[in-house]
Amino acid sequence: MRIKALQCVVTFRSTTDAMEFEARAAAFGLSGRIIPLPPVIDAGCGLAWKEDEANTGLVEKMLAAGQLSYDKICHVMI
Amino acid sequence: MIYLDHAATSFHKPPEVAAAVFSALQNGTGNSGRGAHGATLDASRVVHRTREKISRLFRSGDPARVVFTTNATESLNIAVQGLLKPGDHCISTELEHNSVLRPLFLMEERGVQLGFLPADAKGNIVTAAIAASIRENTRAVVLSHASNVLGNIRDIEQVAAVCRESGILFILDAAQTAGLLPINMAQSGISAVCCSGHKSLLGPQGTGVLCLAAGVQPDPLKVGGSGVDSFSRRMPDALPAALEAGTLNTHGLAGLCAACDYLEHYGVARIFAESSRLANKFIAEVQDIDEIIVYGDMAARVRTPVVALNIASCDSAEVADELFERFGIATRAGAHCAPGVHRLYGTERQGMVRFSFSHFNTDCEVDQAISALKVLAEETR
Repeated sequence: MRIKALQCVVTFRSTTDAMEFEARAAAFGLSGRIIPLPPVIDAGCGLAWKEDEANTGLVEKMLAAGQLSYDKICHVMI
Repeated sequence: MIYLDHAATSFHKPPEVAAAVFSALQNGTGNSGRGAHGATLDASRVVHRTREKISRLFRSGDPARVVFTTNATESLNIAVQGLLKPGDHCISTELEHNSVLRPLFLMEERGVQLGFLPADAKGNIVTAAIAASIRENTRAVVLSHASNVLGNIRDIEQVAAVCRESGILFILDAAQTAGLLPINMAQSGISAVCCSGHKSLLGPQGTGVLCLAAGVQPDPLKVGGSGVDSFSRRMPDALPAALEAGTLNTHGLAGLCAACDYLEHYGVARIFAESSRLANKFIAEVQDIDEIIVYGDMAARVRTPVVALNIASCDSAEVADELFERFGIATRAGAHCAPGVHRLYGTERQGMVRFSFSHFNTDCEVDQAISALKVLAEETR
C-alpha cells in the first residue's frame, strides 16, 4: 500500500458537485484527482477531491472564486 | 482496465445490444402508445416484444403484467409504496439494499409496521423464521434474491411457499440475480419481481422491470399521460399503462429486447456457470492470503459471482483506489448502500471492497486481480 501523506481533501454532497469541481480544477492549476470518499472522513460513501497539501491555497482560491458547492475541506493522512 | 464491478452495472454488453440501441436512434423511433402512425406502432412493437421476452424469462405468463420503469429502485418503490397501506405489517431482512430499506422506512412513517429478520454470522438469512414472524396484519415479505455485497443467495422458493400458504405478498428484489439465476413466477407464486435492465440482464442503463403476478396491482407511484383514457382524471386501470405514466425509454428497451435474445441464446445457466467459475477461482486464491478477510458464506453451494473482502484494517476506499490507480482494476468500495451488512461485520467505517465477475471476464483478468491483492497484502506486513 502507498505510504500515507498529508493531503488536502475536498468532500462533496453529491456526484454532480464533484464533477463540477473536476471540470474547473485544471483552470485553477490543481493537479489532484477524484478519489472515493475516505472513510476516515466519512463512512457514507461518495466522492472527494484529493489535492497535494501544498496546493491548499489554490483549492481555497478556487472555492472562493467560483460558485462551487462542496461539503468541507479536510487535511488528512491518506 | 479490468472491470470487476458487474454487480453495480454490467460493463460489457453483447454487441447486438449496442446495435439495437444505435438502430433505434439512427432509424428513428416513435412514441410507443401515442398515436397510430407507422413510427409509433413500430415503437409499440419493440416495447411489446420486450415485454414478451421478459415475461418468458420470469415465467410470469402475461406480457401485459410486465411494467417498464427506469431501474430496480423505481420498481421497488412502486411495489412497496403501491401495495402497502397504513396498518399493514411487512417483513424484510436486516441485510437489504437501501432500495428496499428506504421505501420501507418511508412507509413506516406512513403507518406501516416493519419486522426485520436477522442474519447469522455468515450473512445468511434464516428464511425459515419468516413463518413465525407473520402476524394477522402482515401484508408482504420484501427481500432480495441475493445480497449485493456478500453474494449469499436466499431460498426464494421457501419464502414464496410460506407467503403462498399465508396468503401474503412476496415482493422480490432481483437486482442481483435477474439474468443470472432462474426466476419462475408461475411455479413459485412470487407476487412481484423488481429488477434493473442494466445489470445481469445486460441491457442499457435507464431500463427497469416490475413483473407482477395475476391479481397483484399496486397503486401508481406517478400519474400522467398514458395514451388511453385521456378524459379520465385518473390513470387507466389496465396494466401496464396503469403504472407507466409518461413516455417510455424505447431506445433503451430496444437494447433490452436484444439483451433478452442474447440471454435466451447464450443461456442464463451458462452465464451463471462461467461467471461463478471465475469468482470461485478468485475466492480459492485470495481467502488463503493471511491479511485478507472475505465476507459471506464461502461454503455455500450456490452464490452469485460477488466477493467482498478487506485487507487487514485498511480503508476499503484506499484499497479500491490503489487497485485502480496502480493495477487498473475497477472494484467498488465503501458501504454498498447496505448498512446492515456493515453492522453485522463491524465494517461501518472500513467498508468493504467488492469484486463482482461477469462471464465476459477472463482467467487472465482474474489472475491479475489475485496478483494485485497479493502485492497490496504484502505491503501491509
